[in-house]
Amino acid sequence: MLSRKTLKLIGCGNYCRSCILTSNNCKTLTSVKFGTSRSSSLHCPLALTFSKLRYQKAGMCSGFQIGRNCSSKSQNRPVVTTTMDEEELKHFQALAKSWWDETGDFEALHAMNKLRVPFIRDGLVDQNDIVESDGLPLKDLTIVDVGSGGGILSEPLARLGAFVIGLDPVEESTTIAQLHLKEDPRVQCRVKYINGSVEDLASTESEKFDAVVASEVVEHVADLVSFVESCCKLLKPGGSLFITTMNKTVLSKSLAVFAAEKVFKIVPEGTHDWEKFVPPEDLKVILENNNMDVKMIHGMLYLPVFREWKWVKDTSINYALHAVKIDPTDVADDRL
Amino acid sequence: MAVNVMKHCVKCTRVWNQLARCQPVLSRCYQTNNNGEQVADIVISGGGMVGAAMACSLGHESVLQNKKIILLEAAPQKQFKLTEKLSNRTCTLSPASIQLFERCGVWPVIESMRCQQVLRMQVWESCSNSLISFNQDEMSDELAYVAENDVILESINRRLNEIKDRIEVMYSTKAENIQIPGGLDEPDSNAWVNILLNNGQTLKTKLLVGSDGMNSTVRKAANLHTVSFDYNQKAIVAVLNISETDNNVAWQRFLPTGPIAMLPMSDTAMSLIWTTSPEHADHLRSLSSESLVDAVNDAFWHDRDINQVADNFTNNFQKLLNNILPGESSLRQLPPTITGLQEGSVASFPLGLTHASNYVRHRVALIGDAAHRMHPLAGQGVNLGFGDVAKLTEIITKAASDGSDLGTLSYLKEYETSRQRKVLPVMATIDGLQRLYHTDFTPVVLLRSLGLQATNALGPLKNKIIEKASD
Ligand SMILES: Cc1cc2nc3c(=O)[nH]c(=O)nc-3n(C[C@H](O)[C@H](O)[C@H](O)COP(=O)(O)OP(=O)(O)OC[C@H]3O[C@@H](n4cnc5c(N)ncnc54)[C@H](O)[C@@H]3O)c2cc1C
Ligand SMILES: C[S@@+](CC[C@H](N)C(=O)[O-])C[C@H]1O[C@@H](n2cnc3c(N)ncnc32)[C@H](O)[C@@H]1O
Repeated sequence: MLSRKTLKLIGCGNYCRSCILTSNNCKTLTSVKFGTSRSSSLHCPLALTFSKLRYQKAGMCSGFQIGRNCSSKSQNRPVVTTTMDEEELKHFQALAKSWWDETGDFEALHAMNKLRVPFIRDGLVDQNDIVESDGLPLKDLTIVDVGSGGGILSEPLARLGAFVIGLDPVEESTTIAQLHLKEDPRVQCRVKYINGSVEDLASTESEKFDAVVASEVVEHVADLVSFVESCCKLLKPGGSLFITTMNKTVLSKSLAVFAAEKVFKIVPEGTHDWEKFVPPEDLKVILENNNMDVKMIHGMLYLPVFREWKWVKDTSINYALHAVKIDPTDVADDRL
Repeated sequence: MAVNVMKHCVKCTRVWNQLARCQPVLSRCYQTNNNGEQVADIVISGGGMVGAAMACSLGHESVLQNKKIILLEAAPQKQFKLTEKLSNRTCTLSPASIQLFERCGVWPVIESMRCQQVLRMQVWESCSNSLISFNQDEMSDELAYVAENDVILESINRRLNEIKDRIEVMYSTKAENIQIPGGLDEPDSNAWVNILLNNGQTLKTKLLVGSDGMNSTVRKAANLHTVSFDYNQKAIVAVLNISETDNNVAWQRFLPTGPIAMLPMSDTAMSLIWTTSPEHADHLRSLSSESLVDAVNDAFWHDRDINQVADNFTNNFQKLLNNILPGESSLRQLPPTITGLQEGSVASFPLGLTHASNYVRHRVALIGDAAHRMHPLAGQGVNLGFGDVAKLTEIITKAASDGSDLGTLSYLKEYETSRQRKVLPVMATIDGLQRLYHTDFTPVVLLRSLGLQATNALGPLKNKIIEKASD
């Protein structure tokens, strides 16, 4: 049953137009997984443990990849990092540039940090009654960044003191994200990227995290209902879910062009079903069905000329949402 | 397959536990490694008044208390002792600068050492009778304080010494070679700025603040373009003695050769800043103390330059203004007579204007004279530098509370935009004033006389000028 779900979402099928990988790519590229942890080990003893772990378990499945459905191949998949072909390396480099080029394809995501990081920070500080003054308001909170991509949002959250797991089904992205940590000892020890799907993580790690973030992801998923369900499942009672989503026309430059067309030259079938913008009302209903209490919905507007995001009333184009998992003990207290 | 997945996730939990135990590692990451390489979040190069104030200001931000901040100063640590002797280098600190010092605990130290309040400022010129004066009662707060550069720097350094657990100061340490990443070919660079020091050590940082003065090494390394202008003028500075009075007025008179100013330093001393042609300056420097005192008195008192046409016209204009706005005209006060000067206090400096077209780039920000150096006409130079400090502190603090990489260009750009909006008009005004007052050609004299008179009578307009001059 699990494997079927996996198949649907990350199953080397078409789960996301922008970040798509076909089964072919999946096969050739798995070998780069966490190849970077070796270089990280120079800075952080922890990374050493990571890579040791990886080598020990090499016979089974490399690194922290979870729930790959290419399981038949994973048994004897090589873990060395040199099996990539030239062509793929080029893609790899193109991707690397894009994720961390502040003024490139993902400019809008970088710019959005000035809004969404404070939104998440203040939401968590408020929700958890945090009193801090040392610049680490999220100290030791555990966060899963679902669909972390290049880590544009994971890194700032880690800098604020959180431990972040960045989860993304696209291997190139997690690799690049991991690479980007190399030069930053402040965040290196607080972030780990995992290549996999949220369903799989939810199946074993339910109620483990203080917060789950899915920023600019829900408009890409094939099955919104089960995606949201998994996100909620990861949360401890009282934990916070943050979702931001935008109308894709705004980001057409960054996304549609980026992966699907420019890099992989793939236009997936049946894109129309899940390319749609998710209206806040719909999301609210799904969340409430998952025992979540929606605390806040804010509209957002991008001003490309100023490369700046602004909070607005209108939630019809882009919005940010904060919901909290209802704590049954709290509910009981309330009744008393 | 499902079993497999389970195994991975057990591993995932282990990762998690390891991450959670990793914290102590964090501090170790930021210590000197074997190659004599040191890593810091922020390096400030240049510990003059502006750079030291920057370090002190950052040291007082609680959001930055976990960041490693290093201040480099090429000169050795000075052993300062306050003596009766006054220094010939002084600043007029604006209320905004004083606010900055109050915020980081420096102001009480300055006050306990030596500074003088300015309650009134009178500006007039030698070519006509027009005058502009600023009184305290027109201002909600005091206009400014005059303090010696040495006193300001010493006060900041004492404060820095008190917060040395937060700010590391490296004296006798010069940034000799600086490499800045993020050229056009590597816009996504996460790399460090590398600074080679004169002691052979290398410093690595995510944000380098250049406060290394007019000939900034940081600015050159960052390849930031500058516009320079030599005024072909020199400034003579000296400490003047006056007979004891309530000395709270700053005096500035525009002469055809340039402005002469006296700032109150104590009840018996004035700080002189006289801007004039290089030849005249050299001549003044060659004079005996007595002759120089005579020359200064003469410069403030004489009326040889009165331009008849302009003066008649402005007298009429003054009457006209009095009719429209009765009671608005100011009384002219007379400057005090200089009785002598402090031995060895006379010095001179060439004057110029240098402005960097950009104050920032990826991982670099310039502050103070490294970004802009101007004619000391309005006593604005260092106040603009302290304004940079306040704004850059605000931006770095914001970047830190947003969890951003501190050297991110989009934050630094906010600093640049905000500061250039402030600095450019001041530079233009001062440059314009300088040119305007550097002539005795009648139409220009007339124009500026009318300009001065109108601003004096029109209260609201004057308030605008005060606002401008003091923020
Ligand atoms: C005649 C005159 C009169 C003035 N009068 C006034 C006035 O009345 N009011 C006013 O507001 N302003 C006045 N100014 C301007 C004012 O003095 C300057 O704006 C102010 O000193 C600038 O401070 P700063 O810290 O930016 O630069 P600086 O004071 O030049 O300090 C730079 C520091 O950097 C250090 N350094 C340089 N290179 C390196 C390196 N590679 N590594 C490490 N350290 C380095 C130097 O040792 C120095 O300590 C006047 C200027 C002049 C010339
Ligand atoms: C627009 S990017 C956002 C990246 C990152 N969250 C940010 O805001 O910087 C969308 C990311 O979602 C990931 N993604 C797409 N479908 C997903 C799914 N079903 N589950 C998890 N992540 C998914 C993509 O791989 C891509 O990295």
